[in-house]
Amino acid sequence: MNLTLKVWRQSGPQDKGRMVTYRVEDISPDMSFLEMLDVLNERLILEGDDPIAFDHDCREGICGMCGMVINGVAHGEQRATTTCQLHMRHFEDGAEITIEPWRAAPFPVVKDLVVDRSSFDRIIQAGGFVSVPAGSAPDAHSVPVRKEDADSAFDAATCIGCGACVAACPNGSASLFTAAKITHLSLLPQGQPERLNRAKAMVDQMDSEGFGGCTNTGECTAVCPKGIPLDTIAQMNADYLKANSK
Amino acid sequence: MKYTEGAPIQDTKAPAGPIEERWEKRKFSARLVNPANKRKLDVIVVGTGLAGGSAAATLGELGYNVTSFCYQDSPRRAHSIAAQGGINAAKNYRGDGDSIYRLFYDTVKGGDFRARESNVYRLAQVSVNIIDQAVAQGVPFAREYGGLLDTRSFGGAQVSRTFYARGQTGQQLLLGAYQALERQIAAGTVTMHTRHEMLDVIVSEGRARGVIVRDMVTGEIERHLADAVVLATGGYGNVFFLSTNAKGCNTTAIWRAHERGAYFANPCYTQIHPTCIPVSGDYQSKLTLMSESLRNDGRVWVPLRKNDERAPGDIPEDERDYYLERIYPAFGNLVPRDIASRAAKNVCDEGRGVGPGGLGVYLDFRDAIDRLGRDAVEKKYGNLFEMYERITGENPYDVPMRIYPAVHYTMGGLWVDYDLQSTIPGLFVIGEANFSDHGANRLGASALMQGLADGYFVLPTTIGDYLADGPFGEVDEEAVAEAEIKVRSKIDRLLAVNGTRTPDSFHRELGKLMWDYCGMERTEESLRKALERIPELRQEFWENVKVSGTAEELNQVLERAGRVADFFDLAELMCLDALVRTESCGGHFRAESQDADGEALRDDEKFAHVSAWERTPDGPVLHKEPLEYEYVKMTQRSYK
Amino acid sequence: MAVTGAVMVLFLVAHMAGNLKIFLGKDSFNEYAHALRTLFEPLLPYRTALTILEIVLVVSVLAHMWAAISLARRAGHARPVKYVAKKSQANGYATHIMRFGGLTIALFVVWHLLDLTFGVVNPKGFDSAPADRMVAGFDPSRWWVTLIYIVAVVMVGLHLRHGIWSAVQTLGWANRARYKALKGTAALVSVVLVIGFLAPPLAITFGVVK
Repeated sequence: MNLTLKVWRQSGPQDKGRMVTYRVEDISPDMSFLEMLDVLNERLILEGDDPIAFDHDCREGICGMCGMVINGVAHGEQRATTTCQLHMRHFEDGAEITIEPWRAAPFPVVKDLVVDRSSFDRIIQAGGFVSVPAGSAPDAHSVPVRKEDADSAFDAATCIGCGACVAACPNGSASLFTAAKITHLSLLPQGQPERLNRAKAMVDQMDSEGFGGCTNTGECTAVCPKGIPLDTIAQMNADYLKANSK
Repeated sequence: MKYTEGAPIQDTKAPAGPIEERWEKRKFSARLVNPANKRKLDVIVVGTGLAGGSAAATLGELGYNVTSFCYQDSPRRAHSIAAQGGINAAKNYRGDGDSIYRLFYDTVKGGDFRARESNVYRLAQVSVNIIDQAVAQGVPFAREYGGLLDTRSFGGAQVSRTFYARGQTGQQLLLGAYQALERQIAAGTVTMHTRHEMLDVIVSEGRARGVIVRDMVTGEIERHLADAVVLATGGYGNVFFLSTNAKGCNTTAIWRAHERGAYFANPCYTQIHPTCIPVSGDYQSKLTLMSESLRNDGRVWVPLRKNDERAPGDIPEDERDYYLERIYPAFGNLVPRDIASRAAKNVCDEGRGVGPGGLGVYLDFRDAIDRLGRDAVEKKYGNLFEMYERITGENPYDVPMRIYPAVHYTMGGLWVDYDLQSTIPGLFVIGEANFSDHGANRLGASALMQGLADGYFVLPTTIGDYLADGPFGEVDEEAVAEAEIKVRSKIDRLLAVNGTRTPDSFHRELGKLMWDYCGMERTEESLRKALERIPELRQEFWENVKVSGTAEELNQVLERAGRVADFFDLAELMCLDALVRTESCGGHFRAESQDADGEALRDDEKFAHVSAWERTPDGPVLHKEPLEYEYVKMTQRSYK
Repeated sequence: MAVTGAVMVLFLVAHMAGNLKIFLGKDSFNEYAHALRTLFEPLLPYRTALTILEIVLVVSVLAHMWAAISLARRAGHARPVKYVAKKSQANGYATHIMRFGGLTIALFVVWHLLDLTFGVVNPKGFDSAPADRMVAGFDPSRWWVTLIYIVAVVMVGLHLRHGIWSAVQTLGWANRARYKALKGTAALVSVVLVIGFLAPPLAITFGVVK
């Protein structure tokens, strides 16, 4: 396959940045999207150019490190797929592909397609945990959990923190990410004691990071590689309203 | 490569006496640090996987002043996150005859009698606390309709002791540790530095007193000082270039600690995982593991005939060779990883492999779908099937999966004593980065167990005994400056070469060489060839590598080049270790040492020891730590 | 947004019910208009209840607009650099026209009040019976008024289709099991309102009601 890539290049946070066009040739349809970029980068290095910086690590769709907006869609148009798991067989020979970084003020660009997502860590710091120091736990079977609750909690807990939800949201909201953690913990008995404080603290932190508000457009869940359901946001809202009315 | 043999080495920290009392004894004999003093003691933890994340969080909870580093943009992304199958624990919730002793026994045997009994017993003891801890943190383990935890049998175990969270157990456990860590960051007990790579250990007056790190965004070289340093930087499987490790996994942290004096134990013990998606082309950047749990219901086979080009569906039952079931009737498709991997290699070497290049075997779910129904199979393995289809474009409900072994885990690592302390006082090593608990082969679902045991329960106790002597006062400025200069000059050297080959092209070549000569099967000849070839390639690397950009910016090429440089040195030591160990054991298979059936043949007379390598200016020095088995009688493993 | 939106939806339902009285004859409609003004008399003075309702409504409208504007501003701040290419992945374009639709509706409401409440742009003027204003307003000769009205009402329908279920979601009452029912209800309410609001003007324009 031969492709034309239009890639966002930005040498650092101060640089204004621009789209740059590259041609890549002899791409195998079995390559992953990142392997295709590897091929381009190997060439750029030898030509003495700066290779395109992008985040990636596990390359099996679970670490949440990779992420780029491909042809206007976070992680590309293949549903429930991270960028590293997107394969070139889904593109047509001769296609033109635009590649941009996640765009959000709380995700400032570090370089090219690399963004700083530490705002997500700070949202978790605000309350995305159960306070249980090591060694203080009771026997695991002392509290049974309904299978349905455990399964729903798991569905929410599969969030990989990649930030695609923010990238896709027309409001730049981090509601799906925040709601996933709130829902995961509020569905389990272990999460109850801190439930309302957690919701309030995490939502307030999300707002203070500069993310936009949720208008329930559903763009987030559509691009989410783990398919985190939209009703997590309703759960978050319920807990948040309850916390504020207390 | 020349080496000399030095004095034997001993683990002096494990207490004597009945095995079930040793950890209790050690916990009691370990000195405590006054709570008021803990604040004044600084501990550096490098790496935020299961071991590092849980250790940093727990040390923070205890009141130490912790600084944590990871190379990713968030501590939540460490590669523990990719572990799929599960975590073992001797809970015996099933009442199926499991016990701490049985987990201990299975692990010692599974490790092919090359692990320490004391360590393994402690691991089995602590395993039960891990499950309690994780559940209390809100880890959503799979449950049954009664609300109790579900378990399954996994990777060579005949009891059902593996707890799991669908195919994402590592992720869920890591997020538990990550959340505990973030809680401590918010509490101010842990300071987190993401996108920082450790490039050296500062050793002052014989103690590890800090690290030199590079800020991967600005390129700044920073010094961080402390009273103790904990390395939780994972394994070195990426020496093979293609492995199931994350692209960023590297040996630099432990290798540079080794250069500073920490012994490296059993570097040749690598685990080749039997169920990975085969290589599809030269561009391949990594290999993807398919959880071993698939072997619970999938049947492994190849055509009886050589070079059978027919589609799998066209091959009738009597022309299929379910070779694992045939050779190992007792364990069948559930034999341990090393056995399953080598069996796959053997049938492919016979020319009966399937798929491109004949490097693959079928993992077939046809019978499981007939027996359980498609829905049940989907419930159990749906996400794995999707993952397979995403990568290969083939639907495993219709055509059997193709799998092939791939490098997955390294049992070797820095030598540590029972306290998890390396040969450099004050330098502790936990998780996959150390060598301690798995011997020559790790059982499935044991890596998560070991990482969390080390981080939540073992290290936080044992490090106290060391820190009770602290704070250790000023760090010798000369030692810090020397380490800083060493780091800088290595970076400058890499940038100065300006050759014609990329770091990745060298890494690929090194990886292929290691896979061919020091992979699933090793011979004296292949290892000697590798030992000849590696220095040549390394020389070419230092003369002809091309690193673009500068040191003062985010420079992913420079990061890779630095890691590849260390892989060369490590590769050499691995091959040497493999050459010296002329027996076969666990993941280390020397073709010269096999029984009549082609199974690994240990040589307990000569090799019932840990090989701990010291790096000296005159070349490597081998220190042997003898292994004694008081409880589990050494036998030849048999899974027939 | 959710609470103020809910107030307005309730108003729309009542408003629509009132409008439909035109089918019972002009007198019925005028009586209804008069009854609104004399609601709760003699307990309350003339037009008190209606004024209170109007104030609640105006406050709701303003608060709704304020919330919408601040959401849009936050969205703007949250994404200072726009995408070169951006493609929607969620189903239902209604969700994407909330802001545009809201603006259109606001402009329409101004026209609507000038036309039928204050009679400023109505051929019958202010000092006329409400039913006369209505019939005159949608006279076949003024087909373009009816057209504007149709566009606006359809816009309201689309706005509500997303708005109603979105409000339920924002208030935290939605969950996966209810999504289908919720979205269905939202669509049904929207369709009923659209039909209910379009019936009188269309009937007038096509001469069914004179």
